[in-house]
Amino acid sequence: MSAHASNASETARRTPPRTVEIKIQRRENPDAPAYWETFEIPYRPNLNIISCLMEIQKNPVTKEGKKTTPPVWNMNCLEQVCGICTMVINGKVRQSCSALIDQLEQPVTLEPMSKFPNIRDLRVDRSRMFDYLKRVHAWIEIDGSYDLGPGPRMNQDDVAERYAYSRCMTCGCCLEACPQYEGDQYIGPQAIAQVRYQNMHPTGKMTRDERLEAIMGEDGITNCGNAQNCVKVCPMSIPLTKAIYEENRETIIYGLFGWLKR
Amino acid sequence: MATSNGIKIAIVGGGLAGLAAAMKIAEAGHEVDLLSVVPVKRSHSVCAQGGINGAVNTKGEGDSPWKHFDDTVYGGDFLANQPPVKAMCEMAPAIIYLFDRMGVPFSRTTEGLLDFRRFGGTLHHRTAFAGASTGQQLLYALDEQVRRYEVQGKVKKYEGWEMMSLIMDDHQVCRGLVAMDLKTLELRAFKADAVIMATGGPGLIFGKSTNSMVCTGSAVSACYQQGARYANGEFIQVHPTSIPGEDKLRLMSESARGEGGRVWVPRAKGDVRSPGSIPEQERWYFLEEKYPAYGNLVPRDIATREIFQVCLDGFGIGGQNQVYLDLTHIPAETLDRKLGAILEIYEMFVGDDPRHVPMRIFPGVHYSMGGLWVDFDQRTNIPGLLAAGECDYSIHGANRLGANSLVSCVYGGFVAAPAAIEYAKNVERNGADGSRLYEQELQRQQEINDTLVKQSGTENQYLIHDEMGKWMTDNVTVVRYNDRLQQTDQKLLELIERYRHISINDSNLWATMALPHARQLWNMLQLARVITLGALNRNESRGAHYKPDFPNRDDENFLKTTIAEYSGEGPVFSYEAVDIGLIPPRKRDYSKGKAKETTAAAAAQPGAKQVPTDDLQQKPRDISGPAIWDQNKEKVRDVDHGQAETRREQGKSIEDAGGKSDKL
Ligand SMILES: Cc1cc2nc3c(=O)[nH]c(=O)nc-3n(C[C@H](O)[C@H](O)[C@H](O)COP(=O)(O)OP(=O)(O)OC[C@H]3O[C@@H](n4cnc5c(N)ncnc54)[C@H](O)[C@@H]3O)c2cc1C
Ligand code: SF4
Repeated sequence: MSAHASNASETARRTPPRTVEIKIQRRENPDAPAYWETFEIPYRPNLNIISCLMEIQKNPVTKEGKKTTPPVWNMNCLEQVCGICTMVINGKVRQSCSALIDQLEQPVTLEPMSKFPNIRDLRVDRSRMFDYLKRVHAWIEIDGSYDLGPGPRMNQDDVAERYAYSRCMTCGCCLEACPQYEGDQYIGPQAIAQVRYQNMHPTGKMTRDERLEAIMGEDGITNCGNAQNCVKVCPMSIPLTKAIYEENRETIIYGLFGWLKR
Repeated sequence: MATSNGIKIAIVGGGLAGLAAAMKIAEAGHEVDLLSVVPVKRSHSVCAQGGINGAVNTKGEGDSPWKHFDDTVYGGDFLANQPPVKAMCEMAPAIIYLFDRMGVPFSRTTEGLLDFRRFGGTLHHRTAFAGASTGQQLLYALDEQVRRYEVQGKVKKYEGWEMMSLIMDDHQVCRGLVAMDLKTLELRAFKADAVIMATGGPGLIFGKSTNSMVCTGSAVSACYQQGARYANGEFIQVHPTSIPGEDKLRLMSESARGEGGRVWVPRAKGDVRSPGSIPEQERWYFLEEKYPAYGNLVPRDIATREIFQVCLDGFGIGGQNQVYLDLTHIPAETLDRKLGAILEIYEMFVGDDPRHVPMRIFPGVHYSMGGLWVDFDQRTNIPGLLAAGECDYSIHGANRLGANSLVSCVYGGFVAAPAAIEYAKNVERNGADGSRLYEQELQRQQEINDTLVKQSGTENQYLIHDEMGKWMTDNVTVVRYNDRLQQTDQKLLELIERYRHISINDSNLWATMALPHARQLWNMLQLARVITLGALNRNESRGAHYKPDFPNRDDENFLKTTIAEYSGEGPVFSYEAVDIGLIPPRKRDYSKGKAKETTAAAAAQPGAKQVPTDDLQQKPRDISGPAIWDQNKEKVRDVDHGQAETRREQGKSIEDAGGKSDKL
């Protein structure tokens, strides 16, 4: 990434554009039709999509000079760790805080994520991702939050692998990019990776079966079509295909021999 | 709604503090309404990278909760009431263990134990960490546990709801709150037996800061305007090295300097040459020049002040508020090995490769030590209203040590929860009369919204926000002068006046960002005055508060907590004595501590290098106290609780609440 990034910014520095042109797909409310509006703002170095949106918000006038409503989007940490500002930028799903104008082709197009119910403009409702976490019991069943001393000892290598899964910020990029994920037909890579995360923990392992059962239903893990888009778009570089592979294996074994336990 | 005997507690905010409280209350079997502007898993707490402090003492260093306590009090320049700080430090190891049990992937030693790193303001390895993103993992662990209670029906989440005001009865008792659905703009009354505020910091008052975009301080300002006391507002921590951005300031870790990063500006004002083409002798390494012994590793507050001053004097890069933090003299392989993750952040957000181009950095508003006044049980002065986390003032005094915030948030939540339950058990419920209160407050809030929407002035709310941020950053951060503070307050009054002439520039009210922002802006302006006037009144220098005209700490006149109360016009100030019964104040003397600091810096060499701070000197040699935490747990516990109950009619120890907890 680094070589590419600095090349792009080198180019931009040599011939800085005077303006930034941004096309935004808009929608007044969930039931309204989508339409496009184009905005133009003065170029400055180091602009990201969020700062462009902030600029437009202050004085929402289209490129054609038409006064309009300010576009609506979501933002919070602006450090690519809260996941909230995800949108589709020049056709690619990613966080808008870390999308730098100097590295983007103009005009820049912004669209809301398409796999989630739209609220308005670039804002979508991803609450079903949190519902999946409920379904797969994505937590450790501790006895209680009182002082029971330290947790189990762990090998740093295992911790490092779990750490990778712990970074999932529920942004939904993997679901947006997954050809199998549409509506409620497939629980998707994010939740499966969280099953892996919890099942790897010595305490989590004790309730492993519940999580496996949760991803064995009709909308479960077998819907994965192995397109491997998820792992390519995941901004946290989470080994999603590995998680799916491992959990698939676990569910198969559980499916074959799980009844022995009963 | 609360049934006749069921207790319902409303928690505003789902960062570490809010979730910690929610978990405890649900665990004790009571109902929680949890409100948050953003889905709780996206709260600002995810930003914390460094780690969480607790004196677990796994490195044979003789660390102890007492030493953690001393470091915290000393680092805070003795402005914090000591009993709650002590209680926090005693609870800290158990908090870390709990997170360990909840599955946080803390980094490990070869033996499989928790690993600890060193942080500013201490000589001990006391900071547990999960990779380079500890806040994220801690928040997620609590989020997971709270989700478990959500599934059980104990916690009901209202995500995408913004708290607007408290519902107060005729006796000034808090009976719930009014919140707005950010999609529909519907206002709703949330009835509660007690309300816990856990809404985080107010960084956005300064325009750009290292805080997340929901950190407006708006909710606590609303409480303040309804009678809650706001304490030590003037204490705002500014981090020396942040990455200026068009949208926000992003933190650049101290370890960049720890690994040899050099801070400089061109010697000639307004030099526009690219940094690489400026010869060595035309660069001004001002920290190295002014502090030959420590160079770039001077304490945080000093680095901040110097960088700020250099830019104020016009030496910033191209006349801007920026200086270079240069790593380019260090081989790229070394940098990748030691600082990889940090450099990637810079590269991701700036687009330049810091291995080859010096980074541009500037101090950034980072943390508020001040917040809602609370007693030792996290109760505000309003009956039925509690507060925890960055939005309360209790732990950090005049300056916060690194990695101490996360632990204070969890501690605050864990203390607030049982205190709220205890209160709710005993409070008299208001009867039929109650509904009138809710209707009244709802109507009051609706009227404010309606007025704003109808208003059609020429002022722009975003420009007013920008102006406030600029004035606050220029005059109420690192270096403070009374005349400029006065002018800033005048400016704020002007902005408040102009606020009355804004027009909401969004004709579509569905899910609009404009109306919530306008509401926040009003509250931010009010809180900005508290911060500014608090600073004006405090004629001394202490911790993060620095006045060149009053360069020394003045314990005689100012070893006291600033308390602001809203008068309807603006803040009225009073002062409260600080409880310093456990550790007598001593001077934070930079010059005298030098010998010791050098040792500290040298000792920090091998591992991850740390920036020594002035907190390192004048450690108490041997303060008797519970030194051996691990082997002596039971004993320590007993001692603690006896001692913690000092001021006021405290009394309720943490254990009572859930009934089953022995320490947490
Ligand atoms: C970049 C950065 C790095 C940091 N690193 C560290 C570190 O390494 N170690 C450390 O100890 N500390 C660190 N800190 C400080 C620490 O992260 C914060 O102080 C802490 O996370 C605050 O937690 P909180 O629970 O008080 O609030 P937050 O996590 O800020 O949560 C506030 C909650 O309140 C909600 N809210 C706000 N207003 C309203 C409203 N009106 N209505 C409803 N809900 C509302 C929000 O939605 C959110 O859920 C760092 C801070 C920053 C900025
Ligand atoms: S797995 Fe990756 S892409 Fe999917 S939600 Fe988590 S962080 Fe986003």
